[in-house]
Amino acid sequence: MVRRFALLLVAGALALAATPLAAKDWKKIRIGVEGAYPPFSEVGPDGKLKGFDIDIAYALCAKIGAECELVMQDWDGMIPALLAKKFDAIVASMSITEERKKRVDFTDKYYQTPARFVRKKGSGIEITKEGLKGKRIGVQRATIHDNYLTDNYGDTVEIVRYGTQDEANLDMLAGRVDLLLADSIALLDGFLKTEKGKDFEFVGPELRDKKWFGEGAGIAVRKEDQDLKRLLNEAIKAIRADGTYDAIAKKYFDFDIYGS
Amino acid sequence: MIDLELVLDNLPLYLRGTWTTLWLTFASLAIGLLLAVPLGLARTSRNPLINGPVWAYTYFFRGTPLLVQLFMIYYGASQFELVRTSFLWPLLSQAWFCALLAFTLNTAAYTAEILRGAIQATPPGEIEAARALGMSRFMVLRRIVLPSAFRRALPAYGNEMIFMLHGSAVASTVTIVDLTGAARIVNSRYYSPYEAFLTAAVFYLILTFAIVGLVKLLERRWYAHLRPRRA
Repeated sequence: MVRRFALLLVAGALALAATPLAAKDWKKIRIGVEGAYPPFSEVGPDGKLKGFDIDIAYALCAKIGAECELVMQDWDGMIPALLAKKFDAIVASMSITEERKKRVDFTDKYYQTPARFVRKKGSGIEITKEGLKGKRIGVQRATIHDNYLTDNYGDTVEIVRYGTQDEANLDMLAGRVDLLLADSIALLDGFLKTEKGKDFEFVGPELRDKKWFGEGAGIAVRKEDQDLKRLLNEAIKAIRADGTYDAIAKKYFDFDIYGS
Repeated sequence: MIDLELVLDNLPLYLRGTWTTLWLTFASLAIGLLLAVPLGLARTSRNPLINGPVWAYTYFFRGTPLLVQLFMIYYGASQFELVRTSFLWPLLSQAWFCALLAFTLNTAAYTAEILRGAIQATPPGEIEAARALGMSRFMVLRRIVLPSAFRRALPAYGNEMIFMLHGSAVASTVTIVDLTGAARIVNSRYYSPYEAFLTAAVFYLILTFAIVGLVKLLERRWYAHLRPRRA
């Protein structure tokens, strides 16, 4: 018993010393998802998770040959929860940005879409420094869109932050905010195309500036889990190559979501 | 270990958040207390038409979470066209008003029940004596029942003030940047939950300390007659 314990200690010390090298057996991958970001991630009427992110997560696990356990996590606690080992990877439409790379590592992108503003039809709001002055803009807290607004318009607009995009959409509907800024597809499929979104429209250009909007959405993993990152990267390549990716994408989008 | 610079850089944000938390909490406590006095009295009434509705009100607001109440007012009410076109909308469209309304109704319900208990515990002899001296019912209420009920209610009410301060953290879920809201912004920007929330916790501790001190001062004043007399 004592010996086994000593062995364990040694093994533990070794593991600590050589974490990046120790190949963990990825039989089961716990994946953090959001569940409030249609059409990428949402809870269906049957209480089950569904969406593009969810399908991609399952497809990647299947490729790796690991069991997938999805863990729902509020967006603004996503990275802390990954670091606290509540799960091993984040598949939640998380954009690859320099700021996040300081904390976590990303795989290659698995899709890329631009950000856009939404206004009420007939409101006549224009996306210029002048036009935005004093406007209330709803964003999801802790997103690239939040950072973009804070850095570029922080002193002229009123940024209204929400826990989920759904809540921001609700308040747009209620007229509590003048504009929304979010991912264009999340806005299009999650809001504009729905019955509730019929009085609203896109305004202004597609926003793609790398400094804020990054290089597309990737899968975040802890920096020490280089082997998992490699497995996931291989899996992304594999589902891109064998048509799995396209089959999933076709379920949700009528254009190429992967981007150039 | 702890990134102090991050905390210092965001101190103005925390201070603004503290101010929001303070005025939201104390405004709802003040209005809630004003409402609670007549409501508490109504709860001691033997007339079911007076007692019943107030009972239902306090039962509802004590029986549901504050977060649910706030969501019902903020997101729930705004979903109806009728509400959005009503004259109340300029107020109800404001997050601070929804929070103030929810908090006030919530604390008024709790405080009404605290006061009811204190009023019902009035020694009958005091009331009889007052009546025997020829005081009117209202005068008995004003001079005897309420002052002694307030004294008895003070320790429980001190707790209610602290609960309300901590409960006000749910305001951050409806876009209000209170102390918790400030912490959430810092956390989301720097991914440092430890620094972000620990700082908020320190501020909450200070505020709680102030409330405890306030109650202690009041106790010293109101319970002066109970203290052993100095030689």
